[in-house]
Amino acid sequence: MTAQSKLLTMEAAVRRFVSDGISLAIEGFTAFICFAAAHEIMRQRRRQLTLIRMTPDLVYDQMVAAGTADRLVFSYLGNPGVGSLHAIRRAVEKDIPGPLAIEEYSHFGMVGRYVAGASRLPFFPLRSYAGTDMVDANPAIRFVDSPYGDGPIAVVPPLNPDVAFIHAQRADRQGNTQLWGLLGMQKEAAFASRHVIAVVEEIVDEDVIRRDPNRTLIPGLIVDAVVHEPFGAHPSYVQGYYDRDNAFYLDWDRRSRSPEDTGAWLQEWVYDVPDRAAYLARLGPDRLAALDPGALWSDPVNYGAYGA
Amino acid sequence: MTTDLATQPTGQPAYTPSELMIVSASRALQGRRVVFVGVGLPNIACNLARRSHSPDMELVYESGVFGAQPARLPLSIGDPTLVSRATSVTSMVDLFMLYLQGGRVDVALLGGAQIDRFGNLNSTVIGDYTKPKVRLPGSGGAAEIAINAGAVLIITRLSRRTFVEKLDFLTSPGFLDGGERRAALAMPGGGPQQVITDRALFDFSGPEREMTLIELASGETVEAVQADVAWPLRVSPDLRPMTPPDPHELAIIREELDPKGLYR
Repeated sequence: MTAQSKLLTMEAAVRRFVSDGISLAIEGFTAFICFAAAHEIMRQRRRQLTLIRMTPDLVYDQMVAAGTADRLVFSYLGNPGVGSLHAIRRAVEKDIPGPLAIEEYSHFGMVGRYVAGASRLPFFPLRSYAGTDMVDANPAIRFVDSPYGDGPIAVVPPLNPDVAFIHAQRADRQGNTQLWGLLGMQKEAAFASRHVIAVVEEIVDEDVIRRDPNRTLIPGLIVDAVVHEPFGAHPSYVQGYYDRDNAFYLDWDRRSRSPEDTGAWLQEWVYDVPDRAAYLARLGPDRLAALDPGALWSDPVNYGAYGA
Repeated sequence: MTTDLATQPTGQPAYTPSELMIVSASRALQGRRVVFVGVGLPNIACNLARRSHSPDMELVYESGVFGAQPARLPLSIGDPTLVSRATSVTSMVDLFMLYLQGGRVDVALLGGAQIDRFGNLNSTVIGDYTKPKVRLPGSGGAAEIAINAGAVLIITRLSRRTFVEKLDFLTSPGFLDGGERRAALAMPGGGPQQVITDRALFDFSGPEREMTLIELASGETVEAVQADVAWPLRVSPDLRPMTPPDPHELAIIREELDPKGLYR
C-alpha cells in the first residue's frame, strides 16, 4: 500500500494548521522565505500570532503591518542590504497598528533555542551574552555554572513553535524534503515545531529523493502537509531556481514608510490577489524570467548500488 | 606649505572618505586567513582584500558560508552568489558552533550606531530599550562574534553621534570597562584591535585597553577629531598620517566591487 499524499493547497494548509494565537516560524536566512504562506495567513486575517524568525525581514514586516501579530521573537531586524523594517519599527516605537511585544536574542541564541527545542534539551549553553545589556533586556537569557568547574556559561531556553512553514527546492508527496544553498535553520526549525508544512518549488518522485539521500534535510516523518508553490519565496530567492527580486525590497522600503502607503501595498499585493498564481500573474512573466540565475551544475556523485 | 595628498590638481578629491575607510580595513586584514564578514562596507573591504593582497583569504558569512568567492558584489550577507563556488556551505548551527565558537575565525569586522572608549558597540536601540527613540537591527551574530573571534576590526564613520561617552545599550562587548575585564569573563576572542573610520585610525594597545588615536587622514587634525569624540581622547606619541588608497585598490573598488558607487 502506498502512503497517502500530503499535498494541500496553501489556502487549505493555512486553514487547517494556522489558528489565531498560535506561534509561527517562517524561517529561511535571506533565502527560502515563504512569502506565499505569509500572504495567505494575512488574507485569512489571522490575529494575535507570535511570529518567530531570526531575521524578521520583509515577510514579518508585512505581517506586522497587516495586524496579524502581537509578539515577535527574533535576533536581527533589518531589510537585508537595504535598511530598516519600517512597519516593525512603527509598532515598536509608536504602537502602530498596535503594540508589539518583543523577545530578543542574538543569532547564536536563536540557533541554540531551535537546537534545544528540536532535541528536547532543557537549555542550550553558548559562549555569548557576557557583559551585554541583552541579559537585562531579556530575562530568558541566563547564566549557569558549568558542573565541570569552568565557570559561568550563558544558556537560552528551548524553542518549539506551534507551526513551521519550510520553503525548499523539492519534496515528494510524503514530504521528504531536499534543499541546498543557505540551509539557515530550516532543518532545526522543522524538527523543533509541532506541525510542519513543506512548501516547495517542485514535487518529485520518491525515487529522486532516494537517489540523493544526503540532500534530504527534512524527512516526511515530521511533515504534516506539502504545498506545491513555484516562486513561493519571491521576492526572496531559491538557490538555483530564481534570484532575489531586489527591486521589490527597495519598493517595500519606500512604500512602507507611511501606514497609508503600506496599506495600499498590502491591498495591491496581498488582499487583491486570491492566491499565489494571481500574484505571479501580476508580476508578469518578464519579471520572473529576469530572475533566472543561469546554470552552475554540480557533478553527480556515486552512492553505489550495493546489491540493488 | 603642505601638499594635500587627497586632492588632485583639479581640486577634485582623488578618493572619497568611504574609499579610504574600505582600503584601510582591507589592509588591516593582511596576513589573516579566516575573516568573518559583515554587511555593507566590511563586505567590500573583505572582497577587496581577497582580490588584492590576500587571494587565499577565506571569507566566512554568518549565513553559513565558508570560503566564499562571490562573482558579483553580494547584495547582503545572504546573497546566493556567496553559495555558488564557495568552499563549504553549512547550517547555521555548524557555522556558529564549529567555526565561530570552535575558534576558527581569525578576525571579524563589526560596526555599530554607537561606540564607547573601550570599543563596546551598540546596534540595538537609541534611547530606552522598552520605549526606544530609534529601534536599530539588534545583535544578529555581533554579540557572539565580538566574544569569540580572534580579533575584531570596527568599521564606522567618525561622528559625535557615534563616539559617545556612554552607550544607550551594550550589544557587542569590546573591552567592557577596560583592562583585563574580557579575560575575567573568560572570553575566548581577543577583542577589538582597531577602529577604522573615514578620518582617523585608533587602536587599543595600552594596558587600559582604551581607544587611542594612531593615524589621521589627510587634512585632519587632532582637534577636529577630538571635537567628534565625546571623551578626552588618548593620542599616540607616534601619530602618523593614514596611507591613502593606491590606484590599483581604487580600480578594484570602482570597477569590480561597487561599479554603481553605492558605497562611495
